[in-house]
Amino acid sequence: MDAATATAALVEIDHLSHVYRKGGASDVPVLDDVNLTLKDNEIVALLGRSGCGKSTLLRIVAGLMPATSGGVAIEGQRVTAPAAQVAMVFQSFALFPWLTVLENVEIGLEAQGIALDERRQRALAAIDLIGLDGYESAYPKELSGGMRQRVGLARALVVHPKVLLMDEPFSALDVLTAETLRTDLLDLWCEGRMPIRSILMVTHNIEEAVLMCDRILVFSSNPGRILAEIKVDLPQPRNRLEPNFRAMVDDIYARMTARPSGKPGREGLFPGTGIAMVLPRVSPNLLAGLMEVLAAEPYNGHADLPPIAASLHLEVDDLFPIAETLQLLRFAEVEHGDIRMTDAGKRFARADLDDRKKLFAQHLVTYVPLAGHIKRVLDERAGHHAPASRFRDELEDSMPEESADRTLRAVTSWARYAEVFAYDEDSGVFSLENPA
Amino acid sequence: MNIRAVAGNARAVPLGLGRRGLLPNFYDVVIFIFIAAAFVALAHGVREMEAPLAKLDLAPVTLDPAQLPEYALRTTVRMFAAILCSLLFTFVVATLAAKSRKAELVIIPALDILQSVPVLGFLTFTVAFFMRVFPGSELGAECAAIFAIFTSQAWNMAFSFYQSLRTIPADLDEVSRHFRQSWWLRFWRLEVPFAAPGLIWNTMMSMSGGWFFVVASEAITVGDVTVKLPGIGSWLALAIERKDVRAVGLAVAAMGIVILAYDQLVFRPIVAWADKFRFEQTAARDRPKSWVYDLVRRTRLVRVIFGAVSSIAATLALVRLRVSARRRPPISRQGSRAADALWLAVVLAATAYALWFVVAYVRTELGIADVLTAGGLGLLTLTRVVVLIAVASAIWVPIGVWIGLRPWAAQRVQPVAQFLAAFPANVLFPIAVAGIVSWRLDPNIWLSPLMVLGTQWYILFNVIAGASAFPTDLREASTIYRLRSAQWWRQVILPGIFPYYVTGALTASGGSWNASIVAEVANWGDIKLKAAGLGAYIADATEAGDYPRVVLGIGVMSVFVVVVNRLLWRPLYRFAERRCRLD
Repeated sequence: MDAATATAALVEIDHLSHVYRKGGASDVPVLDDVNLTLKDNEIVALLGRSGCGKSTLLRIVAGLMPATSGGVAIEGQRVTAPAAQVAMVFQSFALFPWLTVLENVEIGLEAQGIALDERRQRALAAIDLIGLDGYESAYPKELSGGMRQRVGLARALVVHPKVLLMDEPFSALDVLTAETLRTDLLDLWCEGRMPIRSILMVTHNIEEAVLMCDRILVFSSNPGRILAEIKVDLPQPRNRLEPNFRAMVDDIYARMTARPSGKPGREGLFPGTGIAMVLPRVSPNLLAGLMEVLAAEPYNGHADLPPIAASLHLEVDDLFPIAETLQLLRFAEVEHGDIRMTDAGKRFARADLDDRKKLFAQHLVTYVPLAGHIKRVLDERAGHHAPASRFRDELEDSMPEESADRTLRAVTSWARYAEVFAYDEDSGVFSLENPA
Repeated sequence: MNIRAVAGNARAVPLGLGRRGLLPNFYDVVIFIFIAAAFVALAHGVREMEAPLAKLDLAPVTLDPAQLPEYALRTTVRMFAAILCSLLFTFVVATLAAKSRKAELVIIPALDILQSVPVLGFLTFTVAFFMRVFPGSELGAECAAIFAIFTSQAWNMAFSFYQSLRTIPADLDEVSRHFRQSWWLRFWRLEVPFAAPGLIWNTMMSMSGGWFFVVASEAITVGDVTVKLPGIGSWLALAIERKDVRAVGLAVAAMGIVILAYDQLVFRPIVAWADKFRFEQTAARDRPKSWVYDLVRRTRLVRVIFGAVSSIAATLALVRLRVSARRRPPISRQGSRAADALWLAVVLAATAYALWFVVAYVRTELGIADVLTAGGLGLLTLTRVVVLIAVASAIWVPIGVWIGLRPWAAQRVQPVAQFLAAFPANVLFPIAVAGIVSWRLDPNIWLSPLMVLGTQWYILFNVIAGASAFPTDLREASTIYRLRSAQWWRQVILPGIFPYYVTGALTASGGSWNASIVAEVANWGDIKLKAAGLGAYIADATEAGDYPRVVLGIGVMSVFVVVVNRLLWRPLYRFAERRCRLD
């Protein structure tokens, strides 16, 4: 009883699942049985890769979309419509370009029907707090990204929410601007100057999560479920170079690259199985580039992911798809935050362009089911032609239209590189002949 | 308005072309039948009432130059009344289409077809209809004229607004719902501002087209009734009757002044003001300018007035209409299957009835032979449109490219081209007709160019916009590789301006069909020139008060326009979007 009142749950997410419905054909699970309690006075990160449903979860909490099953309660009240106790900061800033900074900040108050004088007074206070003094009459298009996100923050704070929801608030900013804004926000938070009680933020940046949050919930993809809950009790302000900080980042990397238990090596890397596997669009140049870097000094075919990500200036969301495509093609193994090249991968890195293409072709047809399928169909047909729509329809039976398109384009680009089959954009036809 | 702004705006999707599918879908057919039925009902109703149309006792129009300013003013007022009606229509109907799936299924194909219907043909019915509603009063004729202009303006405006509503950025939509804006506040804070640039551009286009109709609708003869509303159109009709070249010249001058004034005093300030609604997060390069707008912003008194108006508007926007977003479930466009089935059944039943009604009406009055005649004349007019658009393209594309690639020239020519597009070509017709008469030329050939007289400028200014938006690096690349002239045209500039050209040519061809109704028949005093074609067929039937033939003529012309749009312009437009986009 005592414990319950002391750490009153601000947000309670209870057995929440969400399914993306696609015209009744097949349902794609997005979130699976998520449970989460957000308490007073804490910053919690939802950390995961793009497409793991963490942004969807945030929108469900905000009351912008309904969950398929389970529910969200804020201060014991079930959320069925946009809730008054929360305010959201958007990745894209989501400012109205035709309103000035001041008017943008006022928009939430205006919707509440608050009189002009009070509106203005509160908005000016928020603008002052967030360091936007002097920009009141500017239009968003006149501001830099960092300043725009400050407007987004002021707009959220001015309605005095209890919970601040942030959807990748810094990922559209350059490195320097993002760091300044993070520090400023943390300062305000630590000094207790913001009229909020907790922050729930979505991010795919591991270091950002460790830097800012008290708790990190690591999400797995397809469907999104909570893989691990990590408590960060490093004192603020935190130092990125400190060994404890590094250890924690490494640990999270390892968890995010861990194989789903009970599944053999390559299954479960990408959602779906067989030809219905949803593939990321990764350019063959990136694949070859990463293999070259890995094969060379100082890695010699084996590397830790965090340093390689840092040295290549790649974010988790950029690096993981490349690494996992290499794994799918059996050119590398990814596990526990490490990447290790296979023999085939090393051969590829040493080979010249023609041999690379031959090796790539071989692996593509063998290990990527959709590529093998298209090749077989083309081989069997008398004219060695097949319309792309045939395969697209097949894919759309088991995945959303958008994923089907991406998957087909990914395979097409790999096949073009490997010269396994050709695709004519004008007619939308796959064929075995290469243009003369 | 400056070139870059035009370049941006010209790329707005022309009505109906952004949609999928070339073949008419179920709803297209349904709507077509409904529209035909509406015509028939109107014609039928008018005929049923045996009483002759009430004669109007208007102050007779004179050719006294002192009266001309007043006539110009009255014409302008009609124009603005119509544009207000169109805006109101747009806000209501387009919003309905965007918010309700059932309404959307009917409204969107209806807009698509209505904008293809030659609206000049409407005049017959609307004049008769409104004069019954307001017997013997000038108001009826005024309403008919305003309605005629409205029918030439509303559809593309509504369509543009609808498209904007459907493409509201997801994040702004979320902000609006997140902060629980009432639908009223959302409308004024999010939906209207977001739609404003497209809507304003389309309103300007509509105004340009509207001048044509205001002139045509002021002096109209239906059967034995002639209505002459005081205005430039009636002045012109009288001048033609009296073969008064000087009066025609005065009308041309007055029209020019009116259009210039409305451009400078109304639209430029609005465009300059609305620049802030353009949805882009980057700072504008060169913004549209307007001296009137600058003046307004500098003048204290005017600013105070505007401030008061906008604060009243802001208070109005704050009115908390109780159907707030909070009460409604999160916006969902999914409907239940049962309701859909019921809706479909209702639509089908109504369609069947409408079809029966049309067929029954047409069969009692007209035979297959009449349909064939109209179809044959339609082919003649089609030939004219195709040849004229081809000729206009052959002339204006090279000129437009030349101008567009030279910023100093584009800066000067673009406003002129837009002015010419807005200038109602029918004011110039008498001059051309006088020429044809005095040189005894063959009207079948020489009346034809009148159809593109007003519409060719759409091709010119779109091509100029396209050429001035053509990226410098691509031009430099083609210079470095020393592309020869033929290859440069084929592979560089023609694909580069193609999306713009399609937009312009489409507008021009639609306008030409419409213009054929006034261009294929022309009078000069008591001399009547006539070219064989569907336009002349409709014009003759109108003059004779022969409603069934008017219905038939309009129907056939609509079919021609819709078919040409589907088979030619829509595929071209999609090709341009797919292959020739530079951004």
